[in-house]
Amino acid sequence: MKITIGGVVEPGTTRANKTGGWRNFKPLYHKDKCIKCGLCSMLCPDSSVHEQEDKYVIFDFDFCKGCGICANECPKDAIEMVLEEK
Amino acid sequence: MSRLAPGHRGCAGCCDAMAANFVLEAIGDDAIVINPTGCLEVMTTPYPESAWEVPWIHSLFENAAAVATGVEAALRALGRKGDTKVVAMGGDGGTLDIGMQAISGAFERGDDITYVCIDNEAYMNTGVQRSGATPFNASTTTSPPGSQSFGNPRPKKNMPAIMAAHGSPYVATTSISYPKEMMRKVKKAVGIEGPTYIHAHAPCTTGWRFDTSKTVEIGKLAVETALWPMYEQEEGEITKVRKVKQPKPVEDYLKAQGRFKHLFTMEGGDEAIAKIQAIADWNIKHYGLE
Amino acid sequence: MTGKMTVVEGSYAVAHAVKICRPNVISAYPITPQTHIVEDLSQFMADGEIPNCEYINVESEFSAISTLVGASAVGARTYSSTTSQGLELMHEVLFNVSGMRLPIVMTVANRAVSAPINIWNDHQDSISQRDTGWMQLYAEDPQEAADMTAQAYRVAEDKDIMLPAMVCMDGFILSHVYEPVILLEQELTDEYLPGFEPEHILDPAKPKTFGAFADPSTYTEFRYLQQKGMDAALEKIENAADDFNKIFGRYYGGLIDTYEAEDAEILLFAMGSVVGTIKDVIDRARTEGVKVGLVKVRAFRPFPVEAIRKVVKDASVIVTLDKNISLGLNEGALCTEVKSCLYNTDINIPVIGFLLGHGGRDIPRRNIRMIIDKAKQVIRSGVTIESEYADLRGELI
Ligand SMILES: Cc1ncc(C[n+]2csc(CCOP(=O)(O)OP(=O)(O)O)c2C)c(N)n1
Ligand code: SF4
Ligand SMILES: [Mg+2]
Repeated sequence: MKITIGGVVEPGTTRANKTGGWRNFKPLYHKDKCIKCGLCSMLCPDSSVHEQEDKYVIFDFDFCKGCGICANECPKDAIEMVLEEK
Repeated sequence: MSRLAPGHRGCAGCCDAMAANFVLEAIGDDAIVINPTGCLEVMTTPYPESAWEVPWIHSLFENAAAVATGVEAALRALGRKGDTKVVAMGGDGGTLDIGMQAISGAFERGDDITYVCIDNEAYMNTGVQRSGATPFNASTTTSPPGSQSFGNPRPKKNMPAIMAAHGSPYVATTSISYPKEMMRKVKKAVGIEGPTYIHAHAPCTTGWRFDTSKTVEIGKLAVETALWPMYEQEEGEITKVRKVKQPKPVEDYLKAQGRFKHLFTMEGGDEAIAKIQAIADWNIKHYGLE
Repeated sequence: MTGKMTVVEGSYAVAHAVKICRPNVISAYPITPQTHIVEDLSQFMADGEIPNCEYINVESEFSAISTLVGASAVGARTYSSTTSQGLELMHEVLFNVSGMRLPIVMTVANRAVSAPINIWNDHQDSISQRDTGWMQLYAEDPQEAADMTAQAYRVAEDKDIMLPAMVCMDGFILSHVYEPVILLEQELTDEYLPGFEPEHILDPAKPKTFGAFADPSTYTEFRYLQQKGMDAALEKIENAADDFNKIFGRYYGGLIDTYEAEDAEILLFAMGSVVGTIKDVIDRARTEGVKVGLVKVRAFRPFPVEAIRKVVKDASVIVTLDKNISLGLNEGALCTEVKSCLYNTDINIPVIGFLLGHGGRDIPRRNIRMIIDKAKQVIRSGVTIESEYADLRGELI
């Protein structure tokens, strides 16, 4: 790395920093209960719940910090927080 | 659709990250964002990384509104304005305490900017000290309860009213717990010419002391107890209010957070809570929430 | 020399020069004695004389310089002007501007600082901003202040430099004096000063992040690179003066200028308008056979260490004249800095410092003459003296 004059930085580069290691609990997805409302994906502070084409979601465990907001807010209890095994 | 890139250093369950995501989704890619010093700024831009996908600038703690003014003026002077939205988003401290003069100047001048205050009700970045937006009787590291104190001695500064008094064409209060509504308001604000102001309530897991999974839940309780009224004000008139059917007692909100825990154990805590209930009652009446 | 002379106020000459430099965003807040500059610029704006430019009437100097942070990052050529309390209010932002490498140019109409409140000239305001990472250039007369504005943009916006610059002109003495000047010509200035084209800008088509935070693993290198920019500016300031001379036929020196310095035993150092008075006194002293000369310091930051070492070599005594004081050291900045650039060299010449002209106190010729006489005595006795006020009213204390 070389220092840029004035400290200008390229966009979206925090992706180099995998925050998945912060996790103590991880979301367990019960796809059968999911009604594809997209709330979990919208709320995730770490943009780590991705809606797929079929509207079901997948979790990006490279970045998910395990906050549990998705599980807490899911109207159908389709997400369960379970202990992360390290 | 841009959001913050993952990998930022916000706490698990961070309200500031959520607020930023909703603002970004609402304003789209043709925007320039200005951020004062605070959690959001620090957690998203540790050199040489950035979580921002739109052009973004941070200068200092107290000058985001002035920097936004300069960005907007330069775009016009250089003939590059087009539809580009100039949006400042800052914490409560950077907005209504130390940033007050700059934002007042920008709104008085009528600059074409949108300012979003992400109100997590204290100086979180420096370790949860009180701000002018800290609620009555909340415990912070500079307003701790003790034998002579129930915590923060003053109610929240009514910043939205102050911004409306500047003659802003659009002022709205909102909450990160109502993302669709928040995005609608932000979208509306950036679509209106002139200085528009959004004040977003944002529960902070670290500073308010609740479980990381409860950020949204706590924000809803603030609205449901009428402690955080949500309304829109256009050209000075309140035009829309989010009604609260059968407001919950404020205890429901207070007991869910560590920063109010002392009120339930201290002698005289009941009276202190009653004073908070009076604030909610005033909101119900004043804003016609019921 | 090209162009025709017009009698105008110093402030007008500067405002006019700013206009001719084609700024895109101007933001300032009024404060005596800077006011005439911003009023003249406001009139130019009202008359539609500055194309592609926005003038922002802010609520404070803090916001004036902050708006320019945003504007400069978008790629605008930016200008402000202030003095004294206004400059001190900007202090925090000044570091920010230089750290972000934004080449803002600002005129400082130098004035004393409060308390006691005093609106008259000295250099305490800009000298107090010495370490903010701004280049600081000091003008001798209104013509130089105006021309220096164009030179400042040239250096500041150079891609090897990218540092902000203050053009310092003595408040009232230069800002309010009516003198014949040649107003900058548009065509020649366009030839001299290319457009501002920074490498990085705030632009949705190419999103970049400005103003990230640096932890201990990188902060030192940012500071080091700022110093490298200052180092590179030394040569660029000289070049900017030379090229200006080629196009406009006017030259005031580069980093420094000298007057009767070649064979001088006594070498006076000064900045700003007092230089004119000093030249008069030197002319008289020379007729009496006193070997006295002058070094006019144009660039205080970057400080012209090598140029000074070269020019003082053959002198017997160096005398600094300072319109500022570092309280607690009892020295003015020129005194301290000239001393420090001679240390660790084989030059061993006494440096004696005089403080004068603070808070607008007049500097009569006889005071300069007295200073020269004291310097002569130092040469004769071989005993140097500590820095002292040259114009203290003993009866008041
Ligand atoms: C002039 C100045 N004073 C104090 C600080 C220290 N400081 C940095 S961020 C901050 C608090 C930020 O609070 P807020 O604006 O509410 O944002 P939050 O971190 O809570 O999201 C403080 C006090 C500073 N950076 N600059
Ligand atoms: S302290 Fe609060 S606002 Fe700051 S990063 Fe953590 S959760 Fe977000
Ligand atoms: Mg805060």
